[in-house]
Amino acid sequence: MSLVLDDVTLTYPDGDGRLTALDSVSLEVPAGRLTAVVGPSGSGKSSLLAVAATLVPPDRGRVVVAGADTGALNPAGKAALRRERIGIVFQQPNLLASLTAVEQLQVMAHLSGAKPKAVRERALTLLDAVGLADLAGRRPHQLSGGQRQRVTLARALMNEPAVLLVDEPTSALDHERGAAIVSLLAALTRDRGTATILVTHDRTHLATADRTVTVHDGRLSQPPPA
Amino acid sequence: MARCPGPLRPSTLEPMFVAWRDLRFARGRFTLMGTVIVLITLLVGLLSGLTAGLARENISAITGLPADRLAFAAPPSGQSVSFTNSAVTESQWRRWAGRPGVRSAEPLGIRTLNAAAGDRTAAVSAFGTEPAAGIAPGSGKLGPGRVVLSASAAEELGASVGEAVRLGPLEATVAAVAGDASYSHTPVAWTSLDDWQRLGHNGTTPEEQATVIVLRTSGGADLAAGDRAAGTESRTVDEALTAIGSYQAENGSLQLMRGFLFVISALVIGAFFTVWTIQRSGDVAVLKALGASTPYLLRDALGQAVLMLGAGTLLGTGLAVIVGALVSGGDVPFVLEPLTVLGPAAVMIVLGVLGAALSIRRITAVDPLTALGSAR
Repeated sequence: MSLVLDDVTLTYPDGDGRLTALDSVSLEVPAGRLTAVVGPSGSGKSSLLAVAATLVPPDRGRVVVAGADTGALNPAGKAALRRERIGIVFQQPNLLASLTAVEQLQVMAHLSGAKPKAVRERALTLLDAVGLADLAGRRPHQLSGGQRQRVTLARALMNEPAVLLVDEPTSALDHERGAAIVSLLAALTRDRGTATILVTHDRTHLATADRTVTVHDGRLSQPPPA
Repeated sequence: MARCPGPLRPSTLEPMFVAWRDLRFARGRFTLMGTVIVLITLLVGLLSGLTAGLARENISAITGLPADRLAFAAPPSGQSVSFTNSAVTESQWRRWAGRPGVRSAEPLGIRTLNAAAGDRTAAVSAFGTEPAAGIAPGSGKLGPGRVVLSASAAEELGASVGEAVRLGPLEATVAAVAGDASYSHTPVAWTSLDDWQRLGHNGTTPEEQATVIVLRTSGGADLAAGDRAAGTESRTVDEALTAIGSYQAENGSLQLMRGFLFVISALVIGAFFTVWTIQRSGDVAVLKALGASTPYLLRDALGQAVLMLGAGTLLGTGLAVIVGALVSGGDVPFVLEPLTVLGPAAVMIVLGVLGAALSIRRITAVDPLTALGSAR
């Protein structure tokens, strides 16, 4: 398994008490499979992604990413894990304003210590895979919402992650463009063998997923494995 | 088999990938800030050159003396030594001359007075010394009725070698024009000690014959014992500069202005990078979420500050050199030397980097979770 959440509980401070965002959640996401996570607002979907991305440590339970138990890693180790084994696609494109589309991908290699020029070809290939080969030199303000989200997707794949975490990538897009993004995500997941979690509100995308789990009040319900 | 994350290996070829592109993308903001740095550096550079120029006019005759110490007449209790109030006698410098470890002890008289040559007059400082002491430039030409003018004195009086000049009541001939010594903003005219003593006494007794004693000592001299025996207070040449009243006040004021400019520049740079860091905290959160280490982000941001500071300071210093070169030949006392040019530039960069570093450190507090749009 590329991503394993084992009996994970996460709480946040809430006034004098604590709010339970995730309640004994267990989830296994195999490589090459797209797992959709649905649920109402505030149900714990984003918390699930945050825990899986090592951005917040759980109060209890284990999170294993590509064989690495994240509970044993210090902050620098978690940053290195995110850099090299986890790809994240944010709800908002969150591109860096000063970088062109191809540079948004090159910076991922630079974070890992590689020379950006050495990975330019790979970055261009990935942009081509998401249909943006002709727009590699454009900055975010010169791209449409769908194009920006495609750049984010290509950026997440730049360091060949084992796990891909995607947070509502279609929320700012119309249905047609949203469907295109999800189809592209599913294709890339299978082609590249990533363990992908797609958090979405839009149930029309579920048909594209290999499996769907539902989060409600921090609890996970999922169909039994086929 | 799981692949373990590797350690961060910073690219040596392009250490500031994001920062360099930010500089180009937000060039308006950085140009504005860079212009402020250029102007502050220009101001500091000009003030430094002016400070050094004014100091030179005040003290160059003293710092140029072939001495390591000066002995003043011991002042009354509670007062500091000063050139104005000091008057030493022959017996005092004889005592110094006989001390072990003292290679020479020569009297030096200093008096500011009016000089005239033809129909031109100027205020000069008459420095009286024994011709054989080798203290004055062109000492061999000093003698009764023969004076050596500094270049500035000769220029102000319009006098050249062989012409007659009058120093107060003393009629003399210009024996040489040598050096460019200046004291208390007046050019120096070197006279023999006998002539200087005819210009008038410093004190009340006829025995008083000079202002200070110029000492050349070796390492073994017992200076405290020498002072006790001679009734003097000796100072190193640098310490003796504070005995020039106008120098202490003038130099202190200018150094205070310079210090304030340094502090202001550090604060302005710190304020700019504080705002800039807050503005880009969203980008920082995204980079952290993507796996950027805190050292990577700090290196990137600090490199940006150093680059902007370096470029701004270099340009400002270049402008200060050009302006300084234009004015230093005229009436403005301006010194254009590596120390007055590069010293302030180095201080600007160091203080600016410190100001920027204090602002940029807030990068460490940015929570990558905010990149997910999380409201915890």
